[in-house]
Amino acid sequence: MSTSTVERKSWLKEYSELGISVVLAALGVLVLVDAIGLPEIPTERGIGPDVVPIVVGSALILVALLLARDVLRGGKGEAEGGEDIDLSAPGDWRTVLLLAAAFLANVVLIGLVGFPISGTVLFWGAAYALGSRDFVRDPLVAAGLSLVTYFVFNDLLGVSLPGGPLMGVL
Amino acid sequence: MGSFASLIDGFGTALTPVNLMYAVIGVLLGTAIGVLPGIGAAMAVALLLPVTYGLDPTGAFIMFAGIYYGSMFGGSTTSILLNTPGETAAVVTAIEGNPMAKRGRGSQALAAAAIGHFVGGVIGTLLLVLLAPTVAKLAVGIGAPDFFAIMLLAFISVTSVLGKSRIRGFASLLIGLAIGLIGLDEMTGQQRLTFGSLHLSDGIDVVIVAVALFAVGESLWVAAHLRRIQAEPIPVGRPWLGREDVRRSWKPWARGPFIGFPFGAIPAGGAEIPTFLSYVTERRLSKNKDEWGKGAIEGVAGPEATASASASGTLTSMLTLGLPTTAVAAVMLAAFQQYGIQPGPLLFERESGLVWGLIASLFIALVLLLVLNLPLAPVWAKLLRIPRPYLYAGILFFASVGAYAVSGDVVDLIVLFVIGLLGLAMRRYGLPVLPAVIGVILGPAAEQQLRRALQISDGQVSGLVNTPMSVIVYVVIVAILAWPLIRRLTRRPVDREKIDA
Repeated sequence: MSTSTVERKSWLKEYSELGISVVLAALGVLVLVDAIGLPEIPTERGIGPDVVPIVVGSALILVALLLARDVLRGGKGEAEGGEDIDLSAPGDWRTVLLLAAAFLANVVLIGLVGFPISGTVLFWGAAYALGSRDFVRDPLVAAGLSLVTYFVFNDLLGVSLPGGPLMGVL
Repeated sequence: MGSFASLIDGFGTALTPVNLMYAVIGVLLGTAIGVLPGIGAAMAVALLLPVTYGLDPTGAFIMFAGIYYGSMFGGSTTSILLNTPGETAAVVTAIEGNPMAKRGRGSQALAAAAIGHFVGGVIGTLLLVLLAPTVAKLAVGIGAPDFFAIMLLAFISVTSVLGKSRIRGFASLLIGLAIGLIGLDEMTGQQRLTFGSLHLSDGIDVVIVAVALFAVGESLWVAAHLRRIQAEPIPVGRPWLGREDVRRSWKPWARGPFIGFPFGAIPAGGAEIPTFLSYVTERRLSKNKDEWGKGAIEGVAGPEATASASASGTLTSMLTLGLPTTAVAAVMLAAFQQYGIQPGPLLFERESGLVWGLIASLFIALVLLLVLNLPLAPVWAKLLRIPRPYLYAGILFFASVGAYAVSGDVVDLIVLFVIGLLGLAMRRYGLPVLPAVIGVILGPAAEQQLRRALQISDGQVSGLVNTPMSVIVYVVIVAILAWPLIRRLTRRPVDREKIDA
């Protein structure tokens, strides 16, 4: 039994791209259901607001099926390369999770403590996630960047970012 | 008023101190972005969109154009010194440029690239000046069916010409089109895909989608596969060219723009195809055939002039037809929409000052770039030393700031994150990002043109093909779609010949 779970795991890994098919199909169904549910308005001429969504939704489902067929026949999407990307190593998903955590920390904190602090957390957290371990320089760069950005946006560009309690004190 | 009189007026606009400052900021940012890995011109313009909300549109576009041209200049630096192209346009440059640098001729390679850019940019922009008003005049008469056909052509070509897998290209396009559907239907005011959410009824801002797919998706994807050991750039001195180098380079410089411009103007992926064509052409015409692969200067000069001119071609289509043929043009189109300006045939009449100011600033940008790049190339190369954690942390940081600044709403940051995750998945499974961005930006406009055309024709489908231009465009679309089939049919005789031989 344990071998079959191992097999299933490796099968899922091999064909993980089917997940994209599932997402496409789900999106297609969502678009279709929404389009069909639109209240009918007798349009005198031309086509109503539901026609294009129906076409897009149906095409999404069709592409999902074609992609699934391609994947099961051994087709593979080629992962995107880049200057800083080393595709020979397996994906380092722990770093991605840490980076996502730093991003979401800013989302939660920006309203509570203001941008200068939440931005510092975001930059420092992201740099830490990506492997920077300079515990003096990292926070200083993060705080400096956040403060400068805050003042540039508020005072020069006229786009207000929340200052939070810290800016209330200063 | 003729083109050149308008252009002189344009110089008047572009040479005001404020606009000159935007041009300088643009070319500096653009060069830096071109040199820096992981960040391209499209991402940079997307990140700057929220910042430019408050600016005067002319200044903003002068800056964007500087970024576009500057990134082309900067992209070749990493190709030559590091063998890793900073931009897709500079991929071909690495083939001869890097061996040149390895043989100690890095300075000559950089100079051939920079002057090639300048020449290509000047010729390309002159072609833009000559052709754009004519194209716009011809296009003024075109109606809804033609626009719909052109947009359909953009959709089909961006998914079929580029990338390795059509099916994945279409998947990406459809994701973009679906995102573009969200919000109130412009013609009837009905809510589509809003699920009763007030936030979604305004639709998802194109800026957020672009920043999410380009910046957040890229950072997350790089995080998964970050190269732990940074490659070291080859040290290099000040760029210069000897007499022999100039003798070998001037013809490739002059030929490149005429390959680059037309390819930039059509939706065929911007600079990738023409730079490769230029490389092949120069190789065939070269007298120093044995040097190819070991650092032939023609292989740097030609493709770089081509790349630069393709950017002018791209701007021609974007300004006269509202048709984005590259990612940067797509994001710039979003910027026009942000200012409530519709690029297209009428742009040259309605926003004459802006357009000619923008075009004049392109010449200024080219001069600035040549002055900045020839003496400063070694300084720019130092940018390659930036610690990668800071680079990608910075990209995420500015993505968050930008998305938040759009409307000061935390919900936008969550949308940014979700679409960013989508961008990550797309990179992992080889779905190209560009079709999705084009889908979001052009999708709503295409639907409007389609419905307008069908309104005029009383719902008759024939109303979509009742103009000569739309018929021609549909023939092109069919040809693109049938191309793999045609190629299969034409390839067979060749195989047979081989067997006979």
